[in-house]
Amino acid sequence: MTGIAGHGPVGGHGFTVPVLQLGDVLLVTLQGELHDGMAEQLQQDITARISHSRVTGVVIDISGVEIVDSFLGRVLAEIAAGAKLLAARTVLAGMRPAVAITLVELGLTLPGLWTALDVERAMELLGVTTRRGEGSP
Amino acid sequence: MSVSEENAEREPVAYQVSAFLERRREQIAQRWADAALFRTVFTVSRDEAVEAGRAVAAALAAVAASGRLDDIRASGFEAVRDQLGRMAASRARTGTDPDGVANEVAALREPATELLRAEFAEPDAPEAHEAVLALTVLMGTLRLVVMETTVSAGEELIARQREQLHEVATPVIKLWESTVAVPLIGTLDSARSQVVMESLLDAIVAERARYAILDITGVPTVDSLVAQHLMKTVAAARLMGAECIVSGIRPAIAQTIVHLGIDLGTVLTRSSLADALAYALSQQGVEIAPLRAVGAAADAGTR
Amino acid sequence: MMQASRHAGPASLPIGSDADLAWVRQQVRQAAAELGFGLVQQTKLVTAASELARNTLVHGGGGHVQITPLDAGSSRGLRLAFVDTGPGIRDLDQALTDGYTSGGGLGLGLSGAKRLVQEFEVDSRPGEGTTVTVTAWATVVPPSRTVP
Repeated sequence: MTGIAGHGPVGGHGFTVPVLQLGDVLLVTLQGELHDGMAEQLQQDITARISHSRVTGVVIDISGVEIVDSFLGRVLAEIAAGAKLLAARTVLAGMRPAVAITLVELGLTLPGLWTALDVERAMELLGVTTRRGEGSP
Repeated sequence: MSVSEENAEREPVAYQVSAFLERRREQIAQRWADAALFRTVFTVSRDEAVEAGRAVAAALAAVAASGRLDDIRASGFEAVRDQLGRMAASRARTGTDPDGVANEVAALREPATELLRAEFAEPDAPEAHEAVLALTVLMGTLRLVVMETTVSAGEELIARQREQLHEVATPVIKLWESTVAVPLIGTLDSARSQVVMESLLDAIVAERARYAILDITGVPTVDSLVAQHLMKTVAAARLMGAECIVSGIRPAIAQTIVHLGIDLGTVLTRSSLADALAYALSQQGVEIAPLRAVGAAADAGTR
Repeated sequence: MMQASRHAGPASLPIGSDADLAWVRQQVRQAAAELGFGLVQQTKLVTAASELARNTLVHGGGGHVQITPLDAGSSRGLRLAFVDTGPGIRDLDQALTDGYTSGGGLGLGLSGAKRLVQEFEVDSRPGEGTTVTVTAWATVVPPSRTVP
């Protein structure tokens, strides 16, 4: 076989990743099976959204994700790194216990990412940071 | 087809024993039902004991018919392995050790041999001796089968109890709003560390915890493997958005950790559970003060 | 190419695209669940399968995975063999080192997958292909009880 398969059109099932903007926070909800191509597409989309709109925070909700392997782990880390360059903080929210245990065993601890128990806590985390930044005497 | 002389001589005896077991199955079962093994297991009804006796006798007949008197893998035994296992396990629960169970099985030999002897007009004839010997071998094999079944049933029991012990030995306690703790007591091996990690992470979700305290005051030694497990737990908790604090590192253990060259640098530590809780509370803006100072604290709070 | 049989026998799935990776993950999860693997064990095995299937696709140029349920008396297991006819792995020790990468990943594919399963075996011949075989066993999970 020549070349690498899998870079053709993806998401053939009409599957898209919902990306919502709430104020200056981008909420990305990942759910179920995410093909490699879709994950890479998502990475580009998010970076584009951050640079177009004045987003200061990105929350990636992965509570609906059953596995995170090193590929998706890399994509998540890169989204965070890209966002940081554009002055936005990324919070990974809602990781399931089984996924967390597996990632640690895999050797992937995602040190550059902020984490939160769920979306609400993630918003709080971003909100607190903003207030601290603005409101400290 | 050439059959060796020995086999040619032996097989008829095995068949004889098989035929005897079939023919006298009812009597054997009735006698066995009164033997200690059956009587103490089937305490509710004698019919059950007789039924079990019939099954064992039928299995022995099948084994004898196959000529494999001394083979514990003979397929005939499969039919009763489960039942024997259950009987042996039930005896083990009432405190009888494997030796005791084996002796009870051995006691089944006598009633059966008596019946077999009675089959012969001349109990001292060589044929009679040969048949009794064959039955003795068969009963000896049964004893081995029971022993083996008992041991594996015991192993399963031990494995299950170990799991249960792990669960019981690692309760996750909610100390405060958003703060959970696991007081670890005893040796931490891989299996237990896994249980600790899973229960702690589940508790983080259930209690929506921001802080999780792993207290190792009751852990006798910390080697590099244990340290690694602790660090994994801390890392997994962090991925879920909770901060993990390891407390109760006794001076001797602190020394060991330093000697082993283990870097716990990324792990937040406190010397006692109380200190860890105080840290978690202060991070959440909760202050603990003596009652008399409450007025002052309230004043301070208005700022 | 659909896998018609979903019974407890061995099954072979093709690995030739992104979509195949997703299908492999789903099938491995289903097989592991049927064998009584706990949630964490399932997640570890599916993650390992995802890493290895991606290796087969990206480095081996595609191939297939053989999924075999195992029954060793009291314990049940699942064996996965990832087979490709690609260039093979030149330096296996290096490929098993954390952080070593020949592709665009984090270099945790092989070494990470190895840590997620109980048995791990690589058979690779330069120019002929690679077969990675992993086995995971379901540990007996006691009935969960709520501690009052």
